Amino acid sequence: MPKKVPVRLRVNGEEHELHLPPQRILLDVLREELNLTGTKRGCDLGTCGCCTILVDGEPRLSCLMLAKLAEGHQLTTVEGISPAGALHPVQKAFIDLGATQCGFCTPGFIVTAVAFLRDHPGATRDEISRALSGNLCRCTGYVKILDAVEAAARTLAPAQER
Amino acid sequence: MAGTSSRKSGSAGTPTPSSTETDLVKEAEATRASAGYHLIGKRTPLIDAALKVTGRAEYTDDIKRPGMLVGRLLKSVHPHARIRSIDVEEARRHPGVAAVLTGDRYPTPFGVLPMTHDETALAVGRVRFLGEHVAAVAAVDEETCERAFELIHVEYEPLPVYDDPKVSREPVPVKIHDRALRDTNLQKEVFQHFGDVPKALEGASQKVKLSGKYLGVSHGFTEPHCTIAEHTPDGRLTVWSATQVPHYLHRSLSEVLGMPMHRIRVVKPEVGGGFGGKSDPFPHEIACAALAIETGRPVKVLFDREDVFYLNHGRHPTQNDVTVGVDADGKFLAMDIDALIDGGAWSSFGVVTTYYNGVLAMGPYRFDNFRYHGARAYTNHPPSGAMRAHGGTNMRYTVESVVDEIAARMSFDPIELRLQNFLPPNFKTINEFRITSNSVRQCILAARDRSGWEEKYRKLPYGRGIGVACGFYISGSNSPIHFTPVFPQCTVHLKADMDAGVTIHCGAADIGQGSKTVLAQVVAEVLGIRMDRCRVAAVDSDTAPVDLGSYSSRVTFMMGNAAKAAAENLKVPLLQAASELLEVPPDRLEASEERIHVKERPSQGVPFHEALHKAMETKGALVASGAYSTKPLGGTFKGAKAGTAPAYSFSAYVAQVDVDPETGFVHVENVWAAFDCGRPLNPLAVEGQIEGSIHMGLGQLLSEGLSYRGARLMNPSLLDYKILTPMQMPKVECLLVGEDDPEGPFGAKEAGEGPLVAALPAVGNAIYDAIGVRLMDLPITPDKVLRALEEQRKKGGAVKPPAPTRPSKRTPTHGGR
Ligand code: FES
Ligand code: FES
Repeated sequence: MPKKVPVRLRVNGEEHELHLPPQRILLDVLREELNLTGTKRGCDLGTCGCCTILVDGEPRLSCLMLAKLAEGHQLTTVEGISPAGALHPVQKAFIDLGATQCGFCTPGFIVTAVAFLRDHPGATRDEISRALSGNLCRCTGYVKILDAVEAAARTLAPAQER
Repeated sequence: MAGTSSRKSGSAGTPTPSSTETDLVKEAEATRASAGYHLIGKRTPLIDAALKVTGRAEYTDDIKRPGMLVGRLLKSVHPHARIRSIDVEEARRHPGVAAVLTGDRYPTPFGVLPMTHDETALAVGRVRFLGEHVAAVAAVDEETCERAFELIHVEYEPLPVYDDPKVSREPVPVKIHDRALRDTNLQKEVFQHFGDVPKALEGASQKVKLSGKYLGVSHGFTEPHCTIAEHTPDGRLTVWSATQVPHYLHRSLSEVLGMPMHRIRVVKPEVGGGFGGKSDPFPHEIACAALAIETGRPVKVLFDREDVFYLNHGRHPTQNDVTVGVDADGKFLAMDIDALIDGGAWSSFGVVTTYYNGVLAMGPYRFDNFRYHGARAYTNHPPSGAMRAHGGTNMRYTVESVVDEIAARMSFDPIELRLQNFLPPNFKTINEFRITSNSVRQCILAARDRSGWEEKYRKLPYGRGIGVACGFYISGSNSPIHFTPVFPQCTVHLKADMDAGVTIHCGAADIGQGSKTVLAQVVAEVLGIRMDRCRVAAVDSDTAPVDLGSYSSRVTFMMGNAAKAAAENLKVPLLQAASELLEVPPDRLEASEERIHVKERPSQGVPFHEALHKAMETKGALVASGAYSTKPLGGTFKGAKAGTAPAYSFSAYVAQVDVDPETGFVHVENVWAAFDCGRPLNPLAVEGQIEGSIHMGLGQLLSEGLSYRGARLMNPSLLDYKILTPMQMPKVECLLVGEDDPEGPFGAKEAGEGPLVAALPAVGNAIYDAIGVRLMDLPITPDKVLRALEEQRKKGGAVKPPAPTRPSKRTPTHGGR
């Protein structure tokens, strides 16, 4: 059993001091050590996008990242996307427009879409579709996901252009 | 947002119907709206959506139990071998290992169908596919399990490997299961003959035969299988599992573990998609429970994606031949079908699969002569099982291609040819299916009108094309898998208490399709209350009455009817109490807008909660139950019950494609999906089912397929098994034109599986229109397109097929039935 090393993670604005074997994967640590189970495990191989989180605001696959290497970065999981009691416009649109069915892919889509719209307010459907193409969904055929992100883009665009 | 249920997914490129055209979709919506329901038929967000978008929804792998161990299953490295010995002593002694089990501990065979129990929790004396589980380990962590695997010594004696169902059909030296038919490896064979097919074909003026070849397909749900089991000192076993059929799991656990059902509790947390792939009771679920019993500690078994592919149970690799004969006017005379289905190593739902590949082939068309020979073979591939539109997908592709080919050869417009041959509503088919509501005509006319068919069919430039296909599927299997003891197919319990909320208990498994939302909609509609008063407690076998499970597209129909009955029963004491308060007889009262009031004078009434509290004065909490059982249906011949259903869904899809003759790449541009699910209870969810079905169907058509080298699966990962990304999805327009079904809840029928079947052949037929080649070997990858074009060029050049020459009578949107 390899020795444990100290790992300091900053997740959703909170500091965590952990002692972990150095090969621990970030996804495992989020889910198992920090109880942030909103981030899902669909493949463990970087092929499905279910485990997407934001690392310094950019979408990254947490199943492909060592927890130790996430030190010094700002991590955001789906739990940190919106303040308590409120919903991000992307989340709101996902609910209203039927963009979540089984919901297992949903956190990955939400964080990816939130980051994309932050940088590309008013993005077109084609641009959104390209931005989300690293996330697989087996339930929705993506149609309502694109509807929702497009609708959120419209809500966000005027605010951000100001 | 209440609104139209015909919506375009894309922003551009979809022609709108000319204003002179009668719009069948708008007409259907207007008819439905006149019923005046306050929740039924409204676009309703899923009641658990807020939990899902915030990451709060709890799936099996999100659950932690104190002291929980990690369970792992050792996979066989041989596709077919006798197990001479397994030595687990060293593994058992390894520090951190809590238990190691092998097949001899719980050898009782089980399986989803009572007549074909041929699976065991762990391999007993023999492995039959690569990846079958031979031992189960529970340990403190994953690394320790892996180490224990290295210390398990299995001595295998390889047996002949069967990887070709054609070989399985012949006499074989070694049978995969003793129960295989005769001296072959066939699991099931079906012969059916109605009318006189040879004679009818002889008299036909045109006969078309096509053969289809289909690779196996994975469900591709995003959540890998996961099970947690805990055996507590009170002698009870609790199993949390990602299952779509909690009741069959409950039964199988009891049978194999030898524990009475009442001591077992099965809980279904949120499930990350199923599509049929979580509908068998699985060996790993039982092995997990066995480990929990053995160790006295909670145990979690979580699959990785490769494990999911090896457990498979996906759509069957199939070869089928379909011959249809027609008379000179294009009337269908006879259909003759032969299907050879690769079942893999276990039976699973195989008896049903074998029947469905034949019996579901005729609808939505009328045939008076029909013959079917179907055989499902055991092979040493990972088992195939039920997958969305089970038994209705591969056959449908061949059938609809045949119909398209008949139209081409006889110079018919394929829509006109179909219109001549549809089953009418309220009809008994030659194989004794009772057809009641049937809006297939409206479907095909709506798809025709919305797609601009007339301007496009055979008229688009070379490389671009449009195609049509129809579909037909059961709205709930009429015969339950278990018929003794007799019990309803679905029961719903309601409890209304002091807080003026209604708790809905039901065993129906929401796997993302939105069945919990339908439950709340139905109950709130009947009670005239807001949906947020309803909370759905599903599924915990200790409290939820039995529902048979989420398969065969049965839930909305059967659960909906049970929920409606339960709510109507709960309403009785409420009306009685209100009657006492208002001093008006109960039959003059109705419930709406959170009140119980006099029908003709809504101002005279009492709020819902006051009526409830009055009713509770002497009884306490109100409880009510409702149940649904199907009526007997079908003929008396062998296999007559297969495919019988209390209703059927119908569909007609038109697809438009762009095929690049240089690269062979097929781009599906649009799908106009006209679907008859009766009255859509939640159009938002119905559209979601249609769009998801199209995604799944196009995946199988264009890029998905389990490929084997011998018995070895070559692509057990989502990198090599290619599911469509958002970039490859066409624009989808859902056209919901169904009329109310007489027996469905509020007139509803299924929308979970039927929406898949027409998607594949609509695109296949569009490819034919685009480039004049008929591709019958799925998936249609670019290399196959290029090869076909090469052949075509050798034969005389790449051209579009000729336009129909028969004077098109252009069936009017109305009339002409
Ligand atoms: S779990 Fe990370 S990409 Fe699938
Ligand atoms: S909602 Fe089920 S996988 Fe996307």
